[in-house]
Amino acid sequence: MSHDHDHDNELDPFAARVRALETILTQKGLIDPAAIDVIVDTYETKIGPRNGARVVAKAWSDPAYADWLKRDATAAIASLSYTGRQGEHMQAVFNTEDTHNLVVCTLCSCYPWSVLGLPPVWYKAPPYRSRAVIDPRGVLEEFGLTLPADKKIRVWDSTAELRYLVVPMRPEGTEGWSEEQLAELVSRDAMIGTGLARQPA
Amino acid sequence: MNGPQDLGGQMGFGPVAPEKDEPYFHTAWERRALGVTLTAGAMGAWNIDESRHARESLHPADYYASSYYEIWIKALEVLLKRHGFVSERDLAAGKPVDPAAAPKRVLKAENVPAVLAKGGPCDRPVATPARFKAGDPVRTKNFNPTGHTRLPRYARGKHGTIEAVRDGFVFPDSNAHGDGENPQWVYTVVFEGSEIWGEGADPTLVVSIDAWESYLEPA
Repeated sequence: MSHDHDHDNELDPFAARVRALETILTQKGLIDPAAIDVIVDTYETKIGPRNGARVVAKAWSDPAYADWLKRDATAAIASLSYTGRQGEHMQAVFNTEDTHNLVVCTLCSCYPWSVLGLPPVWYKAPPYRSRAVIDPRGVLEEFGLTLPADKKIRVWDSTAELRYLVVPMRPEGTEGWSEEQLAELVSRDAMIGTGLARQPA
Repeated sequence: MNGPQDLGGQMGFGPVAPEKDEPYFHTAWERRALGVTLTAGAMGAWNIDESRHARESLHPADYYASSYYEIWIKALEVLLKRHGFVSERDLAAGKPVDPAAAPKRVLKAENVPAVLAKGGPCDRPVATPARFKAGDPVRTKNFNPTGHTRLPRYARGKHGTIEAVRDGFVFPDSNAHGDGENPQWVYTVVFEGSEIWGEGADPTLVVSIDAWESYLEPA
């Protein structure tokens, strides 16, 4: 990995390589650098795990919505205006008392951008991609999550264009909470399956 | 291809290293790398399958030594050269030297929100009915194609069960190589952990993949 620096400088060869590529493409009229600014702003400030947390909170609060999400996640999620790139074909998978769900893309970095935003580095890196399918319990331990020995683990390898959103179990003690309050309990990792919903304080 | 991307079940990469409060970008250049990759893709010269194949075709030593944005940029240079937009001389000079092929379109800033919101749906009508239905026992094929495929090595030649019939989807194995979309039915196929990993497998584990119809045969 080469993300052990937190800023670019003139000596960073990869920063120079990316800058050169952008310059060449821009000067040839092939790309619009202002479009890059909009893309970056979109994924840095507008699209992120808050989207998915709202979906989960609504599913916890509204059984009819949960049922729709189970049957047709693409449409149910689109009804909250979360659509688009890397969320074109969605499937929601629900944790139960019996089964914990975990999502991985062993072949590349498939991830539901429309509801979770850009994936974290670890999701795209070899340790997670190699081990999630063979040693999911070991992986979860590294996230501080120990599952009961008899809990079934279902690992979803995103090998096609379906993108998976894990719906964690609703924590006890949240009866009567608003969707906004509930959404605060839903972390990105809970929607990948490397975590659970937060317990109410 | 049996390339460096096919990581399921590989060993020796060490623990997962989750970063607390990880930022979306770790350097300024990663922001530009995301944007250059998406705007260059928006020219319409290649599809997502060709770009994935370009990434997995990096030399394994290079792939494993690179961060994901580095993989993206290295593969993007390959695609830009392949399609005549950038030359070695351009890259060596760090500025345009040679003329470029004409793009189908150039993504302008004002069109970005609509383009991102639309995405690139890959579902397509399939002329023939689905060969399998939920509950059918199947066996994945054992093959080792030198081109692009989305059937991971760990799931080849394995017995599983159709859990869901999905939709017709563009077939990556041909689409990556400019050989057409040739849509096929896609199925979610589940495997017992012991079928895939054998002795010592986690007895509570079930793994699923999404498989195109031609990856499967009745069992």
